[in-house]
Amino acid sequence: MKITVRLFATFRDGRQKVLELNLPDPATPQGVIDKLGIDQAEVAILLINGRDGKLDTILMENDTISLFPPVGGG
Amino acid sequence: MSGYIGKVLRINLKLKSIKVEELDIEKAKKFIGGRGLGTKLFMDEVDPKVDALSPENKLFIVAGPLTGTSVPTGGRYMVVTKSPLSGTIASSNSGGHWGAELKAAGYDVIIIEDKADEPVYITIEDDKVEIKEASRLWGKLVTEVTNEIKAEMPDKAKILTIGPAGEQLSKMAAIMNDYDRAAGRSGVGAVMGSKNLKAIAVKGSGKTPIFDEAKLKEANTGFMKQIREHGVTGTGLPTYGTAVLVNIINENGVLPTNNFQTSHFEAADDISGETMTNEYLLRKNPCYRCPIACGRWVKIEDMGLEVGGPEYETLWAFGSDCGISDIVSIFKANYWCNEYGLDTISVGSTIAAAMELYEKGYIKDDELDGTSLAFGNPDATIEWTQKIGKKEGLGAKMAEGSYRLCEMYGVPELSMSVKKLELPAYDPRGIQGHGLQYATSNRGGCHVRGYMISPEILGVPEKLDRFTLEGKAAWVKTFQDLTAVIDSLGLCLFTSFAMNAADYTKAYNAVCGTEHTVESLLEAGERIYALERLFNLQAGIDPAQDTLPKRLLEDPIPEGPSKGNVHRLSELLPEYYTLRGWGENGIPESDRLSKLGL
Repeated sequence: MKITVRLFATFRDGRQKVLELNLPDPATPQGVIDKLGIDQAEVAILLINGRDGKLDTILMENDTISLFPPVGGG
Repeated sequence: MSGYIGKVLRINLKLKSIKVEELDIEKAKKFIGGRGLGTKLFMDEVDPKVDALSPENKLFIVAGPLTGTSVPTGGRYMVVTKSPLSGTIASSNSGGHWGAELKAAGYDVIIIEDKADEPVYITIEDDKVEIKEASRLWGKLVTEVTNEIKAEMPDKAKILTIGPAGEQLSKMAAIMNDYDRAAGRSGVGAVMGSKNLKAIAVKGSGKTPIFDEAKLKEANTGFMKQIREHGVTGTGLPTYGTAVLVNIINENGVLPTNNFQTSHFEAADDISGETMTNEYLLRKNPCYRCPIACGRWVKIEDMGLEVGGPEYETLWAFGSDCGISDIVSIFKANYWCNEYGLDTISVGSTIAAAMELYEKGYIKDDELDGTSLAFGNPDATIEWTQKIGKKEGLGAKMAEGSYRLCEMYGVPELSMSVKKLELPAYDPRGIQGHGLQYATSNRGGCHVRGYMISPEILGVPEKLDRFTLEGKAAWVKTFQDLTAVIDSLGLCLFTSFAMNAADYTKAYNAVCGTEHTVESLLEAGERIYALERLFNLQAGIDPAQDTLPKRLLEDPIPEGPSKGNVHRLSELLPEYYTLRGWGENGIPESDRLSKLGL
């Protein structure tokens, strides 16, 4: 299935900002970060289509995942 | 008492009198310092009904007990006065190095009274304090004034000044220090301008007394480790500054765009922290004793400038809120705000409101004495910021802030403000707790009186569902009370990503020799919050103003990840009032006030 992955902050180091991945069904965000070599412990914020997601959420065709390391400000 | 110098510098500009008074230590202990102590001193001396720009209003510049100490970020000072913009209590704090220098010079508080007959500035070198004639400085921009005063002061003197906007009594005028740091909000720069006071230069040679140096050293070692190892304060903020928020807030669909008409900005990445860091960042610009160093220094090539870079709020205000994706134009608008001495949030938001007034036909072409106010025009923010700073043409109307501007055209509801203070860069329709905090902030539409973005978006200290209401009133109250403590101690709110209430208690006790517990310190925070509320009530701010713009309560976000949501304030406010002991009508009840010692 086709999944769009959007990476931010230090997750962009050595990677593209936006990736289109074709993943075998069923796919999860865990599978995405494994494929990209991102350490699970570094993922502070995981959004699926802009809503809070979990690493074991089953993804749907054309979902967009946004991944952030710890960030903050004000 | 350690932590406090014990001295108040009282300056009457009309009489040209300079007095040094003893600090009332019992008051200081009860209201901590900074924001809390400033509010208490104000209420003991000035009627909250005072006209904010009259000589009878006073300006209280107050350091905290941890200001000027080795506690990380301990360099902040607070400006407390009555706001000419909102009519509420104004307490605007700033970093940089000026606050620590004030303590080094031997003062916890400066009280500015009345109005000078002619423009003046004040120089402080320890116990040598002078009021000097400032006609040569009047009308000049912040960098020029700072450099001129520095040239006549001892090396490493720190300068606090207003720009032309404060002189012109713009209700969005800030007080600037160390060139580009700002006590930005609530129009405090206009109060200083109304007193014909251009600047305060300070150089000190003393130290803030510490109760237990060994205990403080041990505590600081722990705080530094926590700050460096926390992902937000150790990596995120140092690498990208506050600007790192642009993308995350946009990905959640709560980045206000085109004056909150929508909340998803397609070009957000163009104005993001990632873009600024990768393409424009020259260096970090840290405040006093700050290991985080979120301040930015950027280049503006076509102006030949290397200047302070924009915060997240500024990237939003002059970016998506005006429909603008040209990041360099934001650097320029930010630069002009710093030079004229203007609050970037209020100015950007007011230009966004003017753009909507123009879009909807309220501002007509024949009234435009400058570039087009069309959303997306990057020249507009640069040009209109300067016109606001000079109070020139339509810019004079805009200098009154978005509420009064929109009111002039008969549509105050187009002002995205609470209690006339422009809202910051988060659409509360998709962040319910944060919206409650906007509605109940004692200085009006403000994000740093209880930063609910932390749990509702960033997951610190834990992740809350941003759309739900359960438990949010209690979270908001706790965050507001803890923030009042941090603001009063003289520390930066950003420490709270890595430090908790127990850490602040430890720091306060080590510096001052107090025996606070977490509970008693948070109670002091609640006391401060209640006192600010009493100020507002006495000033005539009706609790009915604890609300949000109609658009945010009635019009669902039209697109993006938060589509379909409005803010559900009426479901949250009663519980919040109950938790605060403010009855059904938002008025503090006597038993709660006496429990708090008020």
